[in-house]
Amino acid sequence: MSEGNHKQSFWTKYIWSTDHKIIGIQYGITSLAWLLFGFVLISIMRYQLAYPGTPIPLIGSLLGPDGALPPETYNSMGAMHGTIMIFLGVVPLAFGAFGNYLVPLQIGAVDMAFPKLNAASYWIYFLGSVIMVVGFFVPGGAANSGWTSYPPLSNIATTGQTVWLWGMVMLITSSLLGSVNILVTVIQLRTDGMTWMKLPIFVWTQFITAFLLLLAFPPLEAAGILQLMDRLVGTSFFMPSGLVVSGGGPYAGGGSPLLWQHLFWFLAHPEVYVLILPAFGIVTEVIANNTRKPIKGYKSLVYAMIFLGFMSFIVWAHHMYLTGMGTTIGAFFQTTTMIISIPSVVILTALLLSLWGGSIRFNTPMLFALGFLPMFGIGGLTGLPLGLAAADIHLHDTYYVIGHFHYVVAPGTIFALFAGIYYWFPKLTGKRTNEMLGKLHFYSSFIFMNGVFMPMFIQGLAGLSRRMNDGGETYAHAAGVIHLNEFMTISAWLLGVAQLFFIVNMIISLRSKKTGESNPWNATTIDWTDTTSPPLGHGNFETVPTVYRGPYEYSVPNEKNDFSPQSQKG
Amino acid sequence: MDIPFNVKERPDTGLYNGKLGIWLFLASEVMLFGGLFSAYIFLRTGVDNWPAGTEYLDVRLATLNTLFLISSSVTMVMSWASLKLNDFKKFKFYSGTTLLFAFGFLVIKYFEYSAKFSHVPPYLPSTNNFLGIYFTMTGLHVLHVIGGIVVIGYYFGPGSKMWKADPERFTNRIEIVGLYWHFVDLVWIFLFPVLYLL
Repeated sequence: MSEGNHKQSFWTKYIWSTDHKIIGIQYGITSLAWLLFGFVLISIMRYQLAYPGTPIPLIGSLLGPDGALPPETYNSMGAMHGTIMIFLGVVPLAFGAFGNYLVPLQIGAVDMAFPKLNAASYWIYFLGSVIMVVGFFVPGGAANSGWTSYPPLSNIATTGQTVWLWGMVMLITSSLLGSVNILVTVIQLRTDGMTWMKLPIFVWTQFITAFLLLLAFPPLEAAGILQLMDRLVGTSFFMPSGLVVSGGGPYAGGGSPLLWQHLFWFLAHPEVYVLILPAFGIVTEVIANNTRKPIKGYKSLVYAMIFLGFMSFIVWAHHMYLTGMGTTIGAFFQTTTMIISIPSVVILTALLLSLWGGSIRFNTPMLFALGFLPMFGIGGLTGLPLGLAAADIHLHDTYYVIGHFHYVVAPGTIFALFAGIYYWFPKLTGKRTNEMLGKLHFYSSFIFMNGVFMPMFIQGLAGLSRRMNDGGETYAHAAGVIHLNEFMTISAWLLGVAQLFFIVNMIISLRSKKTGESNPWNATTIDWTDTTSPPLGHGNFETVPTVYRGPYEYSVPNEKNDFSPQSQKG
Repeated sequence: MDIPFNVKERPDTGLYNGKLGIWLFLASEVMLFGGLFSAYIFLRTGVDNWPAGTEYLDVRLATLNTLFLISSSVTMVMSWASLKLNDFKKFKFYSGTTLLFAFGFLVIKYFEYSAKFSHVPPYLPSTNNFLGIYFTMTGLHVLHVIGGIVVIGYYFGPGSKMWKADPERFTNRIEIVGLYWHFVDLVWIFLFPVLYLL
């Protein structure tokens, strides 16, 4: 606590801090800003989809000579929307912000194991995210080969792609430092009595996520290095023989575009679970707390999540059924893909059953957590047809795919992240959020999220390709479903407006008085019961607690309160 | 506020934080080089004619380099063992020798690379995919060697002050650097047969 007490300047306290809580908040603010930016990109793109060729109001003159969005810029924005949302927004928020802030508090650690590396991890992320966006200002604009950067397209793309690759290398380095930190912290710094089976589920999810980041990202770094070689030194790792490209080449050939896809998806499939596991963790905490009863099947959840993490490494090629990699490989990956749906169902079922017989408190975090369950359910179930090669022939590269993964990440993970923000806001600030605004935020977001993404399934089943910058105006398959574009676009804008409830709520709540309660939700985990709100500066705990109980001992018969803290003897 | 198990081992895991950290980091490195080795296999099996390493590369120089790196791994261990035996002078000797071997590796690598570039016609990464993957993988490995030299050099020079202040911590640091250095050595043990001999 020594450092917490003496006065520090603004810069050492908030900017160059090595305190895991400050770094968590830095991650949180930065990633929320990027989420907003990624959303702005897609709002502009959706205008183009709904009203192709019409000038975009207000900012149109910045984008193209006639005020409409040029196809190249549309491609850049699409690639950057995906990149920003995943690598700059959701993962840093779910893992960098929530993980940094909460994991040490929940396991009774005074800080992360390597505080300086932790700060380095944030700053490298920050730098990488800036590099990513610098791409917009280089000749030819930002990366425009999709967030997947498939060669040969990405090999011959404009300079923005090189910038994208350098940005990616920074982000991978940052995530490496962050994941080593979380892993060592959880393994080494658990307080006395905090055994593995007493860890809150949230810590388990962060732990498994860290493993995925640690082991899945490096192959993408390898792929990135190879692509940089292709682009800068003239190798042909991803360029097949005999490829003729206007304005490029000659290429030595002998390479394979499939190689990139394998290396890329070796990261990018585990990445899906990097996006979803922390969401499971947050939702579990919120549901246990607001049903006032223990989570059903703690051990099933833990084992399902470990299994999920393991399986996520051997399903990657289900993104590649139509690449000509061969049906035998396809058969293997279909099997593993069907298997990986089992632990997901176990997790969702455990969470659903946890509601049974609870006296549920419908506060804002709980609403978001409850919204998460069916939304993630839709996202997961619509993935099954995509996991089968036969159905994938029809569905791949259509809006159906976009609908599927957005249900997983947008009303899925992002709802869980909102639940977490509302739930832990009192911990971070000692203040309460406004319930009225919170509920408005939830209900409006819930409606408009579905308004945006549900029609995508209809369009996709009709066969509308996901890559049309005119929304399908020139595409025969789209004739019957093109009218949905306007509805989706308006829903998307209203979804943006709905986020004003959140922003206003945050501003009002931050300006309100401290409530003085340290555990307003009557929670059991030691982040709530053994620290003040907000927690002490460096050091977190007055006295580091010892843990005696499991994490979700709510409504234990014959006890005075309906919650029994982990640190309470019993 | 002190972070526990920074220097001493945690009883139930038997590790101090830094040692676990470096092992996890190395696991990640295994995946990085694993990705590149997989790419090598993928590229090689995808074409009909893949040149033998000896067509382009100098096995004698690489054998010498292999000896250099293996020897440097031995001296690295010795430098750590010297600290365990409380012999700082010997640490300096072995640590310095490690640096010499590492520099020797770089010098030979320099001659190898420049021989490729000055060959007529030049052997460049863009010449074919064998040379491409050769330069990429050995280049990345050389970067790791340079990184190792920087850290070993730091603890040989200015960083060695820590020995006086906190000998146990310093010994741990050397153990961690050593683990990393053995890994760099090990990568070369794979690179050498795969690129030069197969």
